[in-house]
Amino acid sequence: MSNMGGYDYLIIGNSAGAVGCIEGLRSVDKSGTMALVSEEECRVYSRALIPYYLGGHIARDRLYYRPLDFYDRAHVGVFNGHRAVKIDTAVRMVKLDDGNSMSYGKLLIAAGGKPFYPPIPGLDKKNVYSFHSMSDVQGIEKELPGVRSAVVLGGGVIGLMAAEVLHGKGIRVHVLELADRLLAPVVDETTSQLVENALRETGVDLYLNNTIGQIHGGERVESITLKDGRTIPCDLLIVGVGVAPRVELAEHAGIQVNRGIVVDKKMQTSVPGIFACGDCASTYNFLTDAVQNMPLWPNAYLGGRVAGYNMAGAEREYTLGTQMNAMHFFDVNIVSAGINVTEANQNDSLDIIKNYDAEKKVYRKFVFSKEGTITGFILVGQIDRAGIFLNLMRRKVDVRGFRKEMFKNSFGYADLPETLRWQLLQDDVILGVV
Amino acid sequence: MGRIMAKPEVCMGCHLCEVWCAVAHSKSKHIVKAFLYEVNKPLPRLVVEEKLPLTFALQCRHCAEPDCVAACISGALSKDPESGIVVHDPNQCVGCYSCVLTCPYGNILINPRQRGIIKCDLCAGMDTLYCVSRCPNEALVYVDC
Repeated sequence: MSNMGGYDYLIIGNSAGAVGCIEGLRSVDKSGTMALVSEEECRVYSRALIPYYLGGHIARDRLYYRPLDFYDRAHVGVFNGHRAVKIDTAVRMVKLDDGNSMSYGKLLIAAGGKPFYPPIPGLDKKNVYSFHSMSDVQGIEKELPGVRSAVVLGGGVIGLMAAEVLHGKGIRVHVLELADRLLAPVVDETTSQLVENALRETGVDLYLNNTIGQIHGGERVESITLKDGRTIPCDLLIVGVGVAPRVELAEHAGIQVNRGIVVDKKMQTSVPGIFACGDCASTYNFLTDAVQNMPLWPNAYLGGRVAGYNMAGAEREYTLGTQMNAMHFFDVNIVSAGINVTEANQNDSLDIIKNYDAEKKVYRKFVFSKEGTITGFILVGQIDRAGIFLNLMRRKVDVRGFRKEMFKNSFGYADLPETLRWQLLQDDVILGVV
Repeated sequence: MGRIMAKPEVCMGCHLCEVWCAVAHSKSKHIVKAFLYEVNKPLPRLVVEEKLPLTFALQCRHCAEPDCVAACISGALSKDPESGIVVHDPNQCVGCYSCVLTCPYGNILINPRQRGIIKCDLCAGMDTLYCVSRCPNEALVYVDC
C-alpha cells in the first residue's frame, strides 16, 4: 500500500459534475494541483448521448463530452480504472480499491448514480442492460444483431429513449410501466397522453400498470411473463426505472446523506472542504426551497462548476437549480420545468392555465404561485424560446399582467410590460438615444 | 470582448438585420443568389422582437456564464476563452434542445431543417458584423465591454 501523492484538489468521478468543477476551478486557480479518480477506463463521455449513438445518429468518437486534450490543458492528473473505496476525513485521504491512497486539500464527490434494478429474479442474466454507461453501450451493441423482440422496463425518459432507439432498428419493442401513464414524475396527464399516442402510432407496444412478473431463460432472458399473465418473447431487456445516488462513500465517512449527499448552496457537504454535486448529491431547488436529488445534466455541470469556484476560494452559490427536462420522443419535442402539477397532486389553491391545440398538436401549461410567479411549465410540440419562461421563473417575475400572451408561439420580450422588459434586458439595449 | 446592443427607439422593424444575417451565413454570401438559387435557403440567427410600434433585434449575448453551455449534453456548445464567443459545433450537436430550454433570451433558434440549432456566431471568420454594419438606422451597435 502506498501513497499516490497529494493534490490540492481531488475529484471522485468523471462526468458532467467533474468537468464543471475542472472548468470552474481552473478559471480561478491555474496552478493548484488537481487529480481525478474514475472507475471507468475511458475519458469523459456524455451518458446523455448513449441513445443518440446507439440510434446511429452520431459516430462513436462523438460520445466524448470534451476534446482529447481536455485534461492536459486543465492540468488534471487522471487515474482511470480506480475506484475510491474510503474517505478518511480526519487525515484528508482517499483510499482506492488497489490499496493505494491519495491525499487532498479539497475534495469533490461526483460519483454519480447507479441504475436501479428492481428486486426481480433474473435481472442478472446476460442480455439485461441499462442505458447508463459505456459498458452498457458495448454490451447492447453486441446483442443488437440478434434482437427481434426487446423489453424495456420503465416508461420514463431513459426507457422511452431506449424504446425509440430499438424501434428504429426494426426491433419489436415492448415498454412496461408500473404507473398508469408514461413519464409520470416529469409531465402531466395530457403530455403523457400525447407521448403515448406518438409511441402507439409508431408501433411500440405499451403495457401500463404493468411490470415483469417472471423472467424465463437460462443464462439469458428468453421471455418474460407480465404481472397480468401475458408472456412476451425477449432477446434484450433494458432496465430504465431510474438512478440511485451513490452515497456509500460519503455515508461511511460520516458525511450527511439524505437520499443524496446533502450540500449547501456552495455545494459543500457537512464536512468542510468536501463538496458534492450531480446525481449523487441532494442540491438546492429554488422552487421548493428544499434540498433535493435532481439527477439532471445541467444540474450536475453547474453544481460542479460552483463547487470548483468555491474549492478555489472564489465564493459562489448555486441557487438557480430546479427540475427541468428537454425531451423528444418520435419527434415530439417537449420541455418541462419546475413543479410538475398533475391531476393527482392538484389542489384548489393552485393557479393553472393551459391550452391544447389539437390540430397543431401543441400544448402549453403554466402553473403560478399566489404571488403570480411561474412555478412550473410544460410545452409540447412548440418549444421555441422556452428559455424565456425559465428565466421569468428563475427571476420570480410576477407575470399576471401578461400571462395570456404566454400562449402565443411568438411570445418574447416585446410582450412584456415596458419597465420589466428593459429591466431584464438592461445589458442588451441602449435607451434614451432619441 | 464586446457585444451587440440594440437601440429600440431607432429600430424601424425593417428586418434587414435578419436578411443580412441569413446572407452572412449562406454559401454564396450574395443576397440575390442566397435567396434565389441556394438549395438550402439561408436562415437568420437573430430575432426581431416586435410589438408595433416597438421593434428591436436580439441575438445570442455570448454570456459570461452561459446557461446553454452548462446545459449542453454533447459538448457542442462551448465558450471560447480567448474571444469570449459562445461557439456551436453543429457536428457535435444532437439537437436535444437543452440550450433552447435554458437560454434566458430565447436566442438559440431551432433549426427548421434538421434536428439541431442555429445561433449567432458574431460573424466568425467574416470581415464585418453583418447585422450591425447593414442596419440602415444604426439601431444595432457593437459595444466593447
